[in-house]
Amino acid sequence: MTPARTTAGKARRMLAAVLTHGLLLLLAALTLGPFLWMIVTSFKSLAEVDRTSSLPAVWQWRNYGQVFREIAFARYYFNSVLVALWVTFLQCVTSSLAAFAFARLKWRGRDSVFKLYLATMMIPGVVTMIPNYALMVKLHLLDSYAGLIVPAAFGAFGTFLLRQFMIGIHPALDESAAIDGAGPWTTYSQIILPLVKPGLATLAIFTFLGTYTSFFWPLVMIKSDHLRTLPIGMLYFDSVYGKQTNLLMAASVMNVVPLIIVFAIAQKQLVRGIQLGAVKG
Amino acid sequence: MTDTPLPESPAVTREPQTAGAGIVAKPSGRKRTDVRAAIMFLAPNLLGFAVFTLLPVLFSLGAAFTDWDLTRPGKTHFTGLSNLRHLLADGNFWVYFANTIYLMLGLPIAIACSLGLALLLHREVRGVVVYRTVLYLPSFTAGVALMLLWQALFNPDIGPINAMLRGLFGQSFPVPQWLGSMSNLLGLEPERLHVAGKYFGIGAREAILLMGIWTVAGGNTMLLYVAALGNVPAELIEAAKLDGAGPWQRFRNVTWPQLAPTTFFVVVMGVIGGLQGGFEQARVLTAGGPAGTTTTLSYYIYTVAFERFEVGYASAVSWVMFLIIFGFAMVYWKVGNRETAI
Repeated sequence: MTPARTTAGKARRMLAAVLTHGLLLLLAALTLGPFLWMIVTSFKSLAEVDRTSSLPAVWQWRNYGQVFREIAFARYYFNSVLVALWVTFLQCVTSSLAAFAFARLKWRGRDSVFKLYLATMMIPGVVTMIPNYALMVKLHLLDSYAGLIVPAAFGAFGTFLLRQFMIGIHPALDESAAIDGAGPWTTYSQIILPLVKPGLATLAIFTFLGTYTSFFWPLVMIKSDHLRTLPIGMLYFDSVYGKQTNLLMAASVMNVVPLIIVFAIAQKQLVRGIQLGAVKG
Repeated sequence: MTDTPLPESPAVTREPQTAGAGIVAKPSGRKRTDVRAAIMFLAPNLLGFAVFTLLPVLFSLGAAFTDWDLTRPGKTHFTGLSNLRHLLADGNFWVYFANTIYLMLGLPIAIACSLGLALLLHREVRGVVVYRTVLYLPSFTAGVALMLLWQALFNPDIGPINAMLRGLFGQSFPVPQWLGSMSNLLGLEPERLHVAGKYFGIGAREAILLMGIWTVAGGNTMLLYVAALGNVPAELIEAAKLDGAGPWQRFRNVTWPQLAPTTFFVVVMGVIGGLQGGFEQARVLTAGGPAGTTTTLSYYIYTVAFERFEVGYASAVSWVMFLIIFGFAMVYWKVGNRETAI
């Protein structure tokens, strides 16, 4: 290659890098714009919201305190986190047990059953919603924590995700454990479970996130104010104080911030989990 | 497992499958099976699945053939196919089905955006992680809070979107009324499947589409494409380069075919999700309006069951939706199998 061509190549690469960065910066700005608007608006007085001014003259920190006075926001927080933690815990238990049976135990028809089970992920939520609602009425679990938690504690998705992690573990591991006299339970709890910690972490994040933001089921299940989760509480806030955009945005900021913290902590795990297990949507 | 027609990411199917799967199929020297243990391990999950998914699905199928109505307790009759007949004649059903499809038009746009972003992120640029984090933020924080944010952004009078449009095109610019408007890009009349000139424009459905694309473009699809792009063999690209293929030709003839499994996966999952989608947007932002223009099938089922209390009819509609999804999935998995087999 002649020097002239290398210089031309370098220049072209430089140009490509500049263009790529320029485009990415623009797209990042488009992505962040609404978030920035949300934050700025949450500090405005109501009059400033209406005048579409760019920045608040005085940053109204008390908007945030006001949210807690207007609605039981702390209670909604508590409910959301409590329900999400329970669902996450139960999902991890039931899914890892089932995944173990599908990935590490040997039985006739195992893979066919697994495929069939996986296919049930396609069943739309609205089909099961009405009978489940009727069931909750019968069990007197309507408008209760248990009614929010228990139906969400099982499912094919977690089983699928953990099976993907478990199936990658070398089979010699449980064979040698079996030679040492370990039963399935010991193999599960002492050998496999510690090895799929990354998988469990991924499932835990997805489940927590999914439950924290879940809308459909809590909407039909919860009637009392003190049991509302955040999304339902936000909806209520909007219906009652919807004109107060600044307070609504303050509540939205507080709704989103815990998610951003979770994301910052768990980013690596999450990206790997999505690329390995593939999430719905 | 390599030919599995199930919703797995291509990244997964490429993982080496270990010996475990083969042992059941071909009887090796070892006869050890763990049927009893398997039942114990499966029991918690499958019991829960049976109680909260399987039985409800069957129950709902049964309910679809009745006139079950919560306002008339104890007066439920088996009515055969009358719900289905009602549905086929129910103009609303077809309009809401069309709404659902309309809102799915965002899917190809969102997938194209995700692919574009993945191609940008795939280049070796500095700060890739920062860009990726920023772009992923909307899909990670999606939910009621962000919808309320967009409701404020779309506010026709004091929202920043229209403020920007007025700033760009002048105060007298006819800004869209967004969530309050029945206009749409196809000119569909509300409550009917007809096109009329005065409905051309931008309205609630476009607002929901825009919000949706903003939310998901940098989401999971983008991450899947980034992973898939990393798996395209560099030799292939180099070979095409040596043959004198330009960037577009390299993308069209080398990269794009290599991405086919990922595209297939995100399209199938997107369509399955889209057919049952639109509930949250309708419930939070528009109450299905104006004039039913943002009512999708899932929101319709919800209103029939929980506002009109016609549970039998709602079950029938939900089963029709299920069958549409199922039929779509079957066709696509067949096609997908044939394609990946070649």
